[in-house]
Amino acid sequence: MNDLTPTREQRTAALEGLGCKRKRVEDIRFTQGKGNYVDDVKLPGMLHGDFVRSPHAHARVKSINSEEALKVPGVLAVITAETLKTVNLAWMPTLAGDVQMVLADGKVLFQNQEVAFVVATDRYAADDGVNKVVVEYEPLQPLVDPFKSMAPDAPVLREDLAGKTTGAHGPRKHHNHIFEWTVGDKDLTDAAFRKAEVTIKEMISYHRTHPSPLETCQCVCSFDKIKGELTIWGTFQAPHVIRTVVSLIAKLPEQKIHVISPDIGGGFGNKVGAYPGYICAAVASIVTGKPVKWVEDRIENLTATSFARDYHMTTEIAATKDGKVTGLRVHVLADHGAFDACADPSKWPAGFFNIVTGSYDFPTAHLAVDGVYTNKAPGGVAYRCSFRVTEAAYCIERAMDILAQKLGMDPAELRLKNFIKPEQFPYHSALGWEYDSGDYHTAMRKMMETTGYAALRKEQAEKRAAFKRGETREVMGLGVSFFTEIVGAGPSKNCDILGIAMFDSCEIRMHPTGAGIARMGTKSQGQGHETTWAQIIATEIGIPADNIQVEEGNTDTAPYGLGTYGSRSTPVAGAAIAMAARKIKAKAQMIAAYKLEVHEDDLEWDIDGFRVKGLPEKFMSMKDICWAAYNSVPPGMEPGLEAVSYYDPPNMTYPFGAYLCVMDIDVDTGVYKVRRFYALDDCGTRINPMIIEGQVHGGLTEAFAIAMGQEIRYDDTGNVVTGSFMDFFMPTAVETPHWETDFTVTPSPHHPIGAKGVGESPNVGGVPAFSNAVNDAFAFLGATHIQMPHDYWRNWKAAKTLGAVA
Amino acid sequence: MAKTHVTMKVNGAEVEGLVEPRTLLVHFIRESLGMTGTHIGCETTHCGACTVDIDGMSVKSCTMFAVQAQGSDITTVEGMANADGSLSALQEGFRMMHGLQCGFCTPGMIMRAHRLLKENPSPSEEEIRMGISGNICRCTGYQNIVRAIQYAAAKLNGIEFKEAAE
Repeated sequence: MNDLTPTREQRTAALEGLGCKRKRVEDIRFTQGKGNYVDDVKLPGMLHGDFVRSPHAHARVKSINSEEALKVPGVLAVITAETLKTVNLAWMPTLAGDVQMVLADGKVLFQNQEVAFVVATDRYAADDGVNKVVVEYEPLQPLVDPFKSMAPDAPVLREDLAGKTTGAHGPRKHHNHIFEWTVGDKDLTDAAFRKAEVTIKEMISYHRTHPSPLETCQCVCSFDKIKGELTIWGTFQAPHVIRTVVSLIAKLPEQKIHVISPDIGGGFGNKVGAYPGYICAAVASIVTGKPVKWVEDRIENLTATSFARDYHMTTEIAATKDGKVTGLRVHVLADHGAFDACADPSKWPAGFFNIVTGSYDFPTAHLAVDGVYTNKAPGGVAYRCSFRVTEAAYCIERAMDILAQKLGMDPAELRLKNFIKPEQFPYHSALGWEYDSGDYHTAMRKMMETTGYAALRKEQAEKRAAFKRGETREVMGLGVSFFTEIVGAGPSKNCDILGIAMFDSCEIRMHPTGAGIARMGTKSQGQGHETTWAQIIATEIGIPADNIQVEEGNTDTAPYGLGTYGSRSTPVAGAAIAMAARKIKAKAQMIAAYKLEVHEDDLEWDIDGFRVKGLPEKFMSMKDICWAAYNSVPPGMEPGLEAVSYYDPPNMTYPFGAYLCVMDIDVDTGVYKVRRFYALDDCGTRINPMIIEGQVHGGLTEAFAIAMGQEIRYDDTGNVVTGSFMDFFMPTAVETPHWETDFTVTPSPHHPIGAKGVGESPNVGGVPAFSNAVNDAFAFLGATHIQMPHDYWRNWKAAKTLGAVA
Repeated sequence: MAKTHVTMKVNGAEVEGLVEPRTLLVHFIRESLGMTGTHIGCETTHCGACTVDIDGMSVKSCTMFAVQAQGSDITTVEGMANADGSLSALQEGFRMMHGLQCGFCTPGMIMRAHRLLKENPSPSEEEIRMGISGNICRCTGYQNIVRAIQYAAAKLNGIEFKEAAE
């Protein structure tokens, strides 16, 4: 070995593989304004579409008059439900088994519902046309409060469902009822409550909010009449699913549809579903023979394309008086708005809300969810979380604090007492899940030691005493949260979307020079897949990550996959990538054996190539094997070096974490200050620590926004009162706290590289940490549960209700 | 609608075009000039994705008509790289400190940070946070954007960048 021979460490480092803080490939173009987002797509002759929307929450549409609109210079067409009926597209199926109006058909059911689609030569002319369409409405009684939706005299919202006593998920109890979903053993749970020494019961609401990525939903549809082909550029988190849905509802052959998700400016669940804008732009392109662009504005985004949460969770815990939980009973009233357009796997009307037992060893539990219609926008997307998991985590983490308060126990101590123990994994929960791995006690203790939890509690006790003596007007809260997520949907045995199993995929093609291209069924919206996917391949096959081009989002070239949401990319596609790479490596081993003139079994893998066991000088690098794959493969072997993997995961993955929020609140103004926020995440094997940390920062910031003020609020008549960034809380750098991150590593036993996914954990764990901090701050004044969001005004109101403010 | 002839300098080059009086500057830049690095996130002057530099000031180009920019000197993100095509200190800072994820707010953030560092070459963390508070990012939680700007400030001042301890 001479001085120029790289060491093993140098060879490993050169790969920039797993565990490396590799700088992002994407940033070169994004920092120079050279990203390619949907609104950047410009085609010759392209037209623009814009919507006429309903000012009413509930009204009958008496007439639509387009005459004056069609006289506006540049306006070419006005599409209404009547137009869409000629192609059988006035209604579209939703992912949740319901149907949804594409354009108002006889009625409008929420404010800003799409009524007509104006197509014009540019976006200004389209807007002029929108202003000239005359719609005559007959206002009807709006239904806004979900708790009144199933009253006997509640207005009938969905006339199309008249007489239908069964929906996609079983019997309907009322004309505004969508489904009832129950899980768990009711009798056993009721018995646990009858025998309980201590019980708590609280109605815990998780308000309606919105993912609101900085880039809104948009598309460009271009129909080629000669070829009969439709190309759609769109902000799609799941391009293949969109292609299949378009094929099914537009009756176009799937090979004639090309769906392209270019760069996406954030998704957070907003860009999973199919929206009327996509259908209208496609129909408009078919009708006019020209490409049609539809770009939603921010108000439209906040008020019409999906929402998140709106779960009202009546939660009960049974326990012994020394703090061992014995039963959990939860009833959820789920407000789905005017149509059930939840983006959940098809068989899961309430997503994976049955993860609500959290990190605790509940011997029994029972859950019932009632979904109802109201005059609000449809949706129910997983805003930076796996399906309804953040609602579940908030529910159990708030309830555990309420129980601790009742028992007079420290919330951290109560959690430690009830955690699932390391030796119980794989753990079967009372509501049907099999948790793959975890070490909750270690994570919790590390959080407590790092933050000086005991000292903080002591300080809090002193401050409370000082407050009572009238020496301060500030109250201090410690928000403990310990969450378990369920991500990586998912195994075909329980997850599908419209009948398609929720696998994911990867195809790798190695080129003769030792470079390659890899394509996946996922689609990054900021997660940095072009960077991290290459790192997995680099470690698996010993080719530098810089030599692997990653490509996603084009349904013509990428293998079929179910897309990126619910933290499924790493658990599912990440596994497919490792498996495809291992197929490459297996063929490479045969080629190396042939070239080195030994038996395959005599070779061992060594960082970036194969070495003959016991003969270290006989070595063939992966780079050289790539070359050989194209000119001298063993007799009988096909040339080339490519592999495809479709990965159906055997189980979900269960990331977890321990968070602490330290908050001070001035009772006279309600103004809070997040003094400290510590987040320990365990996402199993860590692919790129820099990107993980970035994901945690971002998720915590969204959690902070949701818990402390971000809300889609309606007034009594169904008007959205938080429909722009003026009213919808969007934290800036000034409000956003400083984040401290930490980790433990408990690999997933069933994932090829042990990774679990992380992007959504901080939102799931963050919201209860903030809310628990506020509730903990006011607990000594007698508060049990204060509903979110905890903005200044509500904090002040809480203080006033508790008698702390005159 | 009658059109008006406008001329202005964009990234050092004289440009001209015919615009309606109501045409927003951001649409002129994106659609007439074909420079799509400047983004639109809210149309209500809140998000700052459309921030460009006009005559030495940060301006949200969704809130200005193209005709109002007549005769002005504009820099967009496309004009930010070094003359040799390499990343400027700010662009490099955003990459090195992981100050971006989806990249949609990034052009506006970089343009705002560019002007901030001209106004205040050695800003404190608090000054940076206040200085970029007209720009919304949904992905990063701002912490790494602050570090990116600190990195650039250090590089432009010719001093070694030291990260503050956690």
